[in-house]
Amino acid sequence: MSLVELREHLCATFPDLCPLFSIEFGDGVLQVGPERLHEAMEGLKTLGFDMLGMVTAVDFGEEFELVYRLRAREMGVAIIVRARLPRHTPRAASVTDLWPAADWHEREVYDLFGIVFEGHPDLRRILLPDDWVGHPLRKDYEDPSIIRRPDYR
Amino acid sequence: MAGVDDFAQVLESVPGGGIILTSVDAVADWARGHSLWMMPMGTACCAMELIAASFSRFDFDRHGSIPRPDPRHTDVMVVAGTITRKMAPAVKLLWEQMPDPKWCIAMGNCAISGGIFYYDTYSVVRGVDEFLPVDVYIAGCPPRPEALQDAVLRLREKVRADSMSPGRRRAIEGVLPLPTAGDGTAEGGSE
Repeated sequence: MSLVELREHLCATFPDLCPLFSIEFGDGVLQVGPERLHEAMEGLKTLGFDMLGMVTAVDFGEEFELVYRLRAREMGVAIIVRARLPRHTPRAASVTDLWPAADWHEREVYDLFGIVFEGHPDLRRILLPDDWVGHPLRKDYEDPSIIRRPDYR
Repeated sequence: MAGVDDFAQVLESVPGGGIILTSVDAVADWARGHSLWMMPMGTACCAMELIAASFSRFDFDRHGSIPRPDPRHTDVMVVAGTITRKMAPAVKLLWEQMPDPKWCIAMGNCAISGGIFYYDTYSVVRGVDEFLPVDVYIAGCPPRPEALQDAVLRLREKVRADSMSPGRRRAIEGVLPLPTAGDGTAEGGSE
């Protein structure tokens, strides 16, 4: 299935998600608000996206952007779902009820970005030690043990 | 080792005891130096070279260096790879489980100093010598198995210089031949 066919399929099934869909650099992208994230993901699952490949996040300063990559094995097409969260309340609904694979991915995003997934069964650190302070992949993370690279230019 | 030290001192004070001590030292050091079983603490890409070292092309078995996946069987811990702050307690625990006498080889730049992870990182220990007593350092990213072979042979020199008696432990000569500054005889110099 091509991305154009995916757009038609998506618009026929969920007309309200249709304006949120775009094709960027050869990838189908669905940009949703954080309050509609779980609803949209549920819809995509009924559409045939049965595999969650990746959950990650990007720090844009004022906002975090959650990035999910879904794949529909029957249709042979993938889609990227993005949701922007405000930095002061980085909370989103967990999708572990839809894809159990999201469990460790969401823990990783929580560990490194401090984004809280509501409804996650076991939200604790996964990569860093349990007593770690802070979330290192945030742009404003400070740690006195870091040695900054001198500027050789 | 305190008990062994006391025993060696008593033996040295007995007439003829020094001869026995010399013979025992020679046998013990030969046996230890030629059976340096390795604890392969491979955590990153250096482990590939460490694995290659034990197979037929490089064949470390001929040196008596057999990798054993159990700290209780091994004499030398080869730390091959990046050690993160979360991994460090596990490495230290494995080191403490190894029976004395034991040695440590830091293989590769990450194990020496953190390597490419020295700067701008929050998670990497800058060198395994922050918590382990390292005997031999091998530079390289990663070092080839020949370099590891050289390290095992250098370590054997160190083991040979050991003695049961603290007074008889010899300085290790020729392990690291450093060029003297300004004498112009260093290898690879110009002209």
